[in-house]
Parts: sequence; C-alpha cells; structure tokens
Amino acid sequence: MLEKMDIERLDAEAVNSQKQRQVLYAPRKKIFPKRASGGFRQFKWLVMAITLGIYYLVPWLRWDRGGYAPDQAVLIDIANRRFYFFFIEIWPQEFFYVAGLLVMAGLGLFLLTSTVGRAWCGYTCPQTVWVDLFLVVERAIEGDRNARIKLDKEPYSLRKLTLRTAKHGVWLLIAVATGGAWIFYFADAPTLLKDVFTGQAAFVAYCTIAVLTATTYVFGGLMREQVCTYMCPWPRIQAAMLDEASLTVTYNDWRGEPRSRHAKKSAAQGAVVGDCVDCNACVAACPMGIDIRDGQQLECITCALCIDACDGVMDKLGRERGLISYTTLNDYNANMALATAGGTQPIDPTRVRTADGKLATALQHISLASFLRPRTLLYAAFWSLIGVGLVYGLVTRERLDVNVLHDRNPQFIMLSDGSVRNGYTLKILNMIAKPRVMAVRIESLPQSSITIAGVEAQSDGAFLVPVEPDRLRSLKVFITQPRHASADQVQTFRFIIEDTQGPETKTYTATFQTPGSSK
Amino acid sequence: MHDPHKDSHLDELSGVSTTGHEWDGIKELNNPLPRWWVLTFYACIVWALGYTVFYPAWPLLTSATTGVLGYSSRADVRSELAVAEAGRSGYVAAIKAADMQQILADETLRTVATAAGNAAFKVNCIQCHGSGAQGSKGFPNLNDDDWLWGGTPQQILTTITHGVRAPEDADTHVSEMPAFADILKSEQIASVATFVADLPKGANSTETAAPGAEIFAQNCASCHGERGEGNQEMGAPNLADTLSLLADGEEAIAAQIRAPKHGVMPAWGGRLGDVTVKELAAYVYSLGGGK
Ligand code: SF4
Ligand code: SF4
Repeated sequence: MLEKMDIERLDAEAVNSQKQRQVLYAPRKKIFPKRASGGFRQFKWLVMAITLGIYYLVPWLRWDRGGYAPDQAVLIDIANRRFYFFFIEIWPQEFFYVAGLLVMAGLGLFLLTSTVGRAWCGYTCPQTVWVDLFLVVERAIEGDRNARIKLDKEPYSLRKLTLRTAKHGVWLLIAVATGGAWIFYFADAPTLLKDVFTGQAAFVAYCTIAVLTATTYVFGGLMREQVCTYMCPWPRIQAAMLDEASLTVTYNDWRGEPRSRHAKKSAAQGAVVGDCVDCNACVAACPMGIDIRDGQQLECITCALCIDACDGVMDKLGRERGLISYTTLNDYNANMALATAGGTQPIDPTRVRTADGKLATALQHISLASFLRPRTLLYAAFWSLIGVGLVYGLVTRERLDVNVLHDRNPQFIMLSDGSVRNGYTLKILNMIAKPRVMAVRIESLPQSSITIAGVEAQSDGAFLVPVEPDRLRSLKVFITQPRHASADQVQTFRFIIEDTQGPETKTYTATFQTPGSSK
Repeated sequence: MHDPHKDSHLDELSGVSTTGHEWDGIKELNNPLPRWWVLTFYACIVWALGYTVFYPAWPLLTSATTGVLGYSSRADVRSELAVAEAGRSGYVAAIKAADMQQILADETLRTVATAAGNAAFKVNCIQCHGSGAQGSKGFPNLNDDDWLWGGTPQQILTTITHGVRAPEDADTHVSEMPAFADILKSEQIASVATFVADLPKGANSTETAAPGAEIFAQNCASCHGERGEGNQEMGAPNLADTLSLLADGEEAIAAQIRAPKHGVMPAWGGRLGDVTVKELAAYVYSLGGGK
C-alpha cells in the first residue's frame, strides 16, 4: 500500500508530444474567383480602364516647351535632375513639392479609409487592378470558376498544356508591357521605344523592364491575394484607420440569419428563416477566397464583388438587395439590436420586417452625416490646406535664383597697392526653359570696384551675363576696395541680379571682409 | 495532417488554435505562416550561399576567397577611373594642343582646366602655398598681384614648369642676392634697411636725402630697381609695394640683407607633364592676381 501511494502521477506532458505538434506553415489554398456582374463590377471596370489608361498613355503626351526643354508632358529627367509635369518644371531643390504631394497622398488615404474604408485596396491599388486584369485573361482562356477548377484537377493533357501556356504567355506579355511602360516616364518615349526594340537602350532600361516584368507576373499572376494578406502593410495600417462610422463591406446577418438552403420548406414548416439561402455565391466571387459572412476580416479588400454576387441572388429571389452591403459598424449594430431585441434573443429577421414583409423603416442606412465627423473634417481640412499651400507656392515661386559663396580661404587678399580684395562665387540659376541675360551689379559698398572673370563691364558698371535656358551659371567675382575705405572690419553689401527682359530681380546680401584697423 | 478544430488548445474568442504557450492567461495563437514564406526564407539562404561562391566572402588565414566572378571593388574603381579618364581625353587633347592664351579664351577649356588645376594644386602645391594658395612666410601668396617671376599666364606656366632654383631643371629661374654682411658695414645695412622699410610709404621716402638712399642706389637698385619696384626678370621682389614675402619691419629686412634666404620650387613640368602644368597655371591665374 505504502509503495503505491509513493508513486504519484504528475500532470506533465512532453512539449513535442504528438498531441502538441502543430502546423506552423500552411500550404496555400487555391482560389478560383467566379465572374461577378453588377454595379460595383461595372465601376471597377471603369476604374481599371482609367488607371491603366493613365499608366500606359501619359508618357506619350506631348507638351511644347519652346524647344529648350523636352516636349514630353510628364518626364522624370534623372540625368539632368529635372521633373517635368505639363506646365510645371521642378528642380531638385524644389523637391518639397513632391514631398508635399506625398503628405497629401498619405492624408488622402486616411480620409478615404476613415470614410469609405479600404476603397484604395478594392478599386485603385495597382495590385488589385493588375490581378483583375490577369483574372480577365485567365477567364477568357480557361473559362469561369467551374471550368478552371475542373481544369486544375485534370491530369496534364495537350489541351491543359495549351491553355496554361496561352494563359502564362499572355500574362507575361502584359507584364512586359507593364515594365516597358514604366521606363517611358524617364526618357523621351518615342526615342526610347525605338531604342528598346533596336537594342540601343541603356542597360538599366532593360533591367527595369526585366524586374518589373518579373514583379508584375509574380505578384499579379501567381501570388495575387497572398500579396495583400501577407506582404502588404496597408491592411494593417488601414485597419487602424477604420472606426465605427467607416464604410465596410458587411454581411447583414440581422436579415440573413438563420440561413437556410431550403428556405421555402423550412418556412412552410414554421421555422424562422433569414434571407441568406447559403448559395455561397459571395464566397465563389471573392478574389480573396474568404467568406464575408464570417464578419469583417483582415483579408477583405472591400472590392464589393460579393455585394454584386449576392445582389444578383436576391434579385432572383425577389428580395431586397443589400444582404451584403457597404455599412458602417454603427448602422450594423443598431440594426442588429433591432433583430435581436436588444441582444436578448437570437436573431429573428421578422423583427426587421413589417407585417407585409417589407424591410422595417426603423432600419438604419448609409447617411451623409456619417461621413461628417471631426476626424474626417480635420483630415479634409489638412489635406486642402497643404494643397492650397502647394498651389500658392507653385504660382508664386521664383524662376531666378542666386547663390553667393564668399571665398573663405583666404577670406580677403591684400594687394600690392594696399587695397583689399574679396572673392565670391556667384551662381545664377535660370529656372525657365528660355535663355536670359542677367544684369549683375553691387550696391552699398563704398569705393569698391568689381570684376567678373570672362565678362566685360558695361559703361554703367553692370555686367551683362547670358545664362542658358534651364541652367546654372557660375561666375567668379572679385571685389576690391581701398584699405580703410570703411572703419568696419566686416561690411554688408548687396548683389543685385536683374533679368534684363523680364520683371524678375534677385538681391543677395553678402559681406566684405577686411583685416580691420588692427593690422 | 493536423486539424486545428480537433485541437485541445483552441482560443474561444477567435476560434484559432493556440500553441499551448500561456503567460498569465495570455495565450499565443497559432496562425500558420504561408508555406511559400518559409520557402522564400530557405531560398534566401541558398542565395546567400551562392553569393559567397560568386563573390569574395570566406576569410582564409591570410586572405579571403576571391569568388568565381573575380569581382573586386578595387578593380571596379580602376575601371570607373578609366572611364572617367576616357571621358576627359577630349579635353586633355585640346588643352595639350592649345597655348595658355587659347585655353583662357575658351570658356569650356578654361573651366575644365581650372577645375583640373585646382585638383592638382590640392595634391602638389598646398604643402607650401597653402590650401587657399594664400602662401605663408617665404612662400608666395598666389592670390595677390605681387609676382616674383611674373604674373601673365605664360610667365606663371614657365615658373611652374621649370621651377625656381630647381637643380633638376636647366631652364629654371635662378637668381641670388649676395650676403651683404660681407660687403657693407652694419650701420650701412641698418640705414638701408630703414630706407627699404619706408619705401612703401610713398615717394617722399625715396628722396636722395634719406641716409640709406645712396647705399640702395649703389648696391640694390641694379636688381630691385631705382625705386625698389623690383625686377621680374631676376625674381627680384618689389620692395616698394605694401606686400612683403620674407621680411616685415626694419630688423627683419636688415637680417635679410645680411644673409638672404632664397625660396626654392621644384620644376613641375617633368613631374606632372605638359597638360597638368597648364591646368595648374590656369588655376593659379583664376585666383585673381594674374596680369
Ligand atoms: S492589401 Fe495592399 S496590395 Fe492588396 S489591395 Fe490593399 S493595398 Fe493593394
Ligand atoms: S469579402 Fe467581398 S468585398 Fe471582401 S474581398 Fe471578398 S468579395 Fe471583396
């Protein structure tokens, strides 16, 4: 007896016991999105046409800049460090305009997300647009969902091989065209196109095409939803931007549940049935392969295709559309409270309907008011403020700029007649695409004389300096003053640079150094 | 295969299986990573290993593996320099063919030569003349308009090419001031020093009445000129201007008269070649003191 009591069974288990072992890496489940049709699908076609149109066509737009600058409307000229956008030309030191645009893009995304949810993901993100495009190709070649599932299960045959090759071939063509279009933003498009085909283009151009072809093909064709779910940071960031008044694609279980595949029979038997007939049309249409009826989830890009799919089913059944709809959490909660009698009962869809079967008027729907909240108004205000600021800056910016560098080593030179000389590097930036002649003179430095290497002085003491269009001209300037012309060791004076044909004038305050009275 | 729904460790709220790890009631969920993710990780490891085969990587006892591609950053720099050199070759040829006048008259050539001269100056000349070419005691300031051997572009070029008192060059500038300690008495040296120190003050001090004037006229004027204006043919400094190279003040002037010091500059023509000395001359000329 004693021995038996000594051996106590401990509550312990090996950490790697068979029972404990788990999968840490899951294989991918294939998704075969079914073609959806409806208003949102139409809208997505439109967005796709516009975004792809912009992407492929913009580099081919021309814009006359008077012969001194490239005539491509949108051009990022890296070699010459210029960015052209229609009538705007940006120099590297004006890059803050681009930074401002990026801030606006960020705020715009906040605004968009806090009001209409992940609309960026669902409609305009390049990943979404290209996946959509690749799916169109896939459907055209392999057929819709069922045909594709069947084909996928089939052993390889000549037919399957042909179809697959055709699909990947077209995908690759699209991918090459995508990579190819990108480079036209960086050089004169017609010239570059010729060069690319004749093998004359720069190595980096081919590299860019190759890299973008690979990413487009892999992300758009092969990885698709995996990119959104596992690689992209937006879903995480945007989840933080949503609140209870943001629109999300929502399954309205307050009218859909309890779902039933045999609604009529169940209803006849007196059971409570919701609108959802559990046809899985929404799941089949979803490009992310999820079931929106499980609730809001990270994977959902709010492409709204499940709405189209479900609306089609509701139309057939003669029920109201909107079993799946864009809804705010606030509205959803209110309607849910209605269906569950304040959460005390299970969902009973008859509570959201009137006696004659119509949806109750007490139900809440999207309203403009939900868009107008302090948060969205602030986003909108900041967004517009920056926009107005950028436009103001752009309209009033100067196209003549001047920099003066005072020689520091040595700061001044004593000349043999006892006078003092200072040297300066004067940089004149002619920031327009037209040659200009600048008049350079100095002001407020008594008894001084000025020379500019390579430029003759005019009779009025000014120097006429031609500056090429869109160029910087650097001049070496020497200013000499008799010793003791001023009691100050450091004198302040001004360089005046004047456009001889235009209204622009630039003043630069510089200093003149002397050894002072001590020496 | 493992079915999470049969799992004993299931998080109730999310319906996701947990790893069974728990800290103060907080459980670790197990949302499996996609398999391609971990495969990508392995692919990266393979890539990294391959990289070490193709590029220099593994340390050995005294060196390192060179990699089958034979890449080296030094060779990279060398080829980049060669490209830069080739890009410059047109200018180099033009500068070689042109004389100083032509170089300075052509805006592009002048800009290129001045920039290249600046670089060569920073390597070869700043040790004596200073990084801003401002000189120091005994080493001329090249910014000012006081020249020992002449300040025209051609004269500057000649001086740089052949140097000053450079033993290695037959055409170098040579001149030597005698040590007057052996020739003049020390009172005479003192009075001529006073006379020289007063020269920059203007015409009055060169009056023959000044006690040192006569001594100057007999001993010094042959090289330094009657009014002490110097002679660039012989590198005799201008004593009448306000700038002095070696001696400031009567004491120092007297010391220089007794036992003169002379500067030496190497002949750069033979060391740097034709083109570089022209570039150096263009740079020195651009400093503003040239004639
Ligand atoms: S999750 Fe990322 S990649 Fe996917 S649609 Fe949204 S923004 Fe685009
Ligand atoms: S659940 Fe609906 S809205 Fe969300 S990704 Fe799928 S189809 Fe699009």
